[in-house]
Amino acid sequence: MADRPDGAAQQGGNRPKLALHVPEPKFRPGDTVDFSHLQIPEAGKQPRPDETCDPKDMHELAFGLVRVLGEDNKAHGPWDPKLDPDTLRKMLGHMAMTRAFDERMFRGQRQGKTSFYMKCTGEEATSVAASMALAADDMVFPSYRQQGILIQRGYPMIEMINQIYSNKGDKLKGRQLPIMYSSREHSFFTISGNLATQTPQAVGWAMASAIKGDSRIAATWVGEGSTAEGDFHSACTFATVYHAPVILNVINNQWAISSFSGFAGAERTTFAARALGYGLAGLRVDGNDALACFAAEQWAANRARANAGPTLIEFFTYRAEGHSTSDDPSGYRSAQERSEWPLGDPITRLKDHLIAIGEWDEARQEKMDLEAAELVKATTKEAEANGILGHGLHHPFRTMFEDVFEELPWHLKEQSEQAIREREIKFPGGLEL
Amino acid sequence: MIEAINDALAVSMERDPNVVVMGEDVGYFGGVFRCTAGLQEKFGKTRVFDTPISECGIIAVAVGMGAYGLRPVPEIQFADYIYPGLDQLISEAARLRYRSAGEYIAPMTVRSPFGGGIFGGQTHSQSPEAIFTHVSGLKTVIPSTPYDAKGLLISAIEDNDPVIFFEPKRIYNGPFSGYYDKPAQPWKKFDASVVPEGYYKIPLGKARLAAEGEQLTILAYGTMVHVVEAVCREKGVEADILDLRTLVPLDIEAIEASVEKTGRCLIVHEATRTSGFGAELSALVTERCFYHLEAPVVRVTGFDTPYPHSLEWAYFPGPVRIGEALDKILSE
Ligand SMILES: Cc1ncc(C[n+]2csc(CCOP(=O)(O)OP(=O)(O)O)c2C)c(N)n1
Repeated sequence: MADRPDGAAQQGGNRPKLALHVPEPKFRPGDTVDFSHLQIPEAGKQPRPDETCDPKDMHELAFGLVRVLGEDNKAHGPWDPKLDPDTLRKMLGHMAMTRAFDERMFRGQRQGKTSFYMKCTGEEATSVAASMALAADDMVFPSYRQQGILIQRGYPMIEMINQIYSNKGDKLKGRQLPIMYSSREHSFFTISGNLATQTPQAVGWAMASAIKGDSRIAATWVGEGSTAEGDFHSACTFATVYHAPVILNVINNQWAISSFSGFAGAERTTFAARALGYGLAGLRVDGNDALACFAAEQWAANRARANAGPTLIEFFTYRAEGHSTSDDPSGYRSAQERSEWPLGDPITRLKDHLIAIGEWDEARQEKMDLEAAELVKATTKEAEANGILGHGLHHPFRTMFEDVFEELPWHLKEQSEQAIREREIKFPGGLEL
Repeated sequence: MIEAINDALAVSMERDPNVVVMGEDVGYFGGVFRCTAGLQEKFGKTRVFDTPISECGIIAVAVGMGAYGLRPVPEIQFADYIYPGLDQLISEAARLRYRSAGEYIAPMTVRSPFGGGIFGGQTHSQSPEAIFTHVSGLKTVIPSTPYDAKGLLISAIEDNDPVIFFEPKRIYNGPFSGYYDKPAQPWKKFDASVVPEGYYKIPLGKARLAAEGEQLTILAYGTMVHVVEAVCREKGVEADILDLRTLVPLDIEAIEASVEKTGRCLIVHEATRTSGFGAELSALVTERCFYHLEAPVVRVTGFDTPYPHSLEWAYFPGPVRIGEALDKILSE
């Protein structure tokens, strides 16, 4: 072995041999799944401290699991946000719409209409319910699995599909990977493919809002796997140092592509507990309980708005589908995991709650699901009229050189002219300039 | 030059309440080079403040602030420490406008002292400008006089694109002839140190003709402009010395005009040679002015080693290396 002078290796002969620990998930393909090791506390039993409390008094909440919906499908305890039935139905509707959208877009990718898609199946509450707890003009810095926010904020669905198809209606001019939306009008930050970069940016936005004496806060979403990135730790440091009005949402869906959460450190502590070392408020929440998701985000938003500081929320959930259309999870995890997941499905749970309180029924649910599917289908058709990926070049070549800088410098002007010259040879179909 | 930079910051902050200055030690203390001295007192703690030692965080937070509508001017204490913030510069700041089709911009100016000649060792002497010129969407600015530093910095802060503003720290306090054993002269002895009060701008993308001559064209920036001037004076060489001032956008017209006039081109920079910005300049001159050239384009640069502490004067592309190159190019 390297590094040691001759003979030195023997000196440690009596010492115990060191061993490296490489995390391994509990279940692999073919394994029988048993989630009994997960501690799922009873709904309603978690204390709800005042929003302005000291993070030091929140240890328990960083290790526990805030839950509202119980086995009886009723809402329990101090975290019950006491939403009226209309709001609950709206929440359910956005979540169902998100799922219908995912289904159709996934299919579109399989049909070759686009190159790529990412579902958020099983995680709908962490975007929809959480964003319902924010004001419409609070700024969100999402990752790629928060399409629910756009749906909740009423962003036109056709814009989403145009973006996914990179067609001529795509207002991002066909430059971004499908699902990497941007909408300034909806206070939705442009999504980056580089993981976790948005988290310290959200803190910067929140700091700016505070510098200006604004009342808007910022929130960011990041996968549990990505919390291992340095950017996330910069975000936590800046958030706590400047007491920034920001919410750091960590979506712990157990898997980062094929790496289980243990590779981000989950074997040792919770993701919410990361907050404690920074002096941030930390909440660990049942991410499949839409009411708990709403309540936690609302608590954090109230805290931020009251200048009482930032919050890190871990939403404990499960990625029910593959990572993306390029991923086949049957190659690395037990197929049983999804059905055995002890926290159920967020849409089913919210639906059952509405039924339990006498505000909903299966027939209405069926009708709603059908309508959602129909709307997505019709909007897809409409978007297809603008073209699909790979069928024609939808954007004039010169647009490729726009927006690199505010003004086109000489070297890009020259390169743009070249691209236009080449077009006749490469694409004899005759395309617009 | 330090006072000029300080002045540019103060002028910009006075004119635009959205300009904020941040970085390690920049607040109460005024920065390790004192470039931000007095600003916090004048503009308050929410517009001029210290940050954690996290270059990634500093740049990222500036991106978020830019998206909000502020014009952050983050300082990276030494250019050598910009690397932890590189991803935020390369993948985020530089591409925000493009990826959002103009919805979001990052109008920030990252200031950072760069270059060697101050016994700073490997980690306080680097010239990483080429990394940034390689990134689409970033502008790179390098002043060489106090007058330029103020005018260029004000332009950079007002620019809606992210700008890397590298300050040649060897000449913070006065121009430098390139002789390690000759003390630098204080700026106040030179015309270029005369900095008008108040607001003025020098446009990005325009080079400065620092000297005029018929024998050859020398392309340089930062500290090397002064070294080249001194060597030419000493050797009696009459050169067009073009101080590029901004590497992106580059003043290609000025370069072409001068090389077409003189027929010879020498490029001088302090950064390491391989894939340095000199390679880009050399390629451009060869592509565009080939039929006017009477000799091959020559580069004088630092060596392809890290900046060695005790041997920094062996590394530095000083009068000997430049003199040799001049002899070669003029004899062809
Ligand atoms: C900086 C960076 N490294 C690697 C990748 C490739 N990558 C894309 S998604 C992903 C997994 C992310 O997992 P997690 O953060 O848990 O989020 P999830 O996909 O589970 O929602 C990886 C490694 C990337 N996009 N960016």
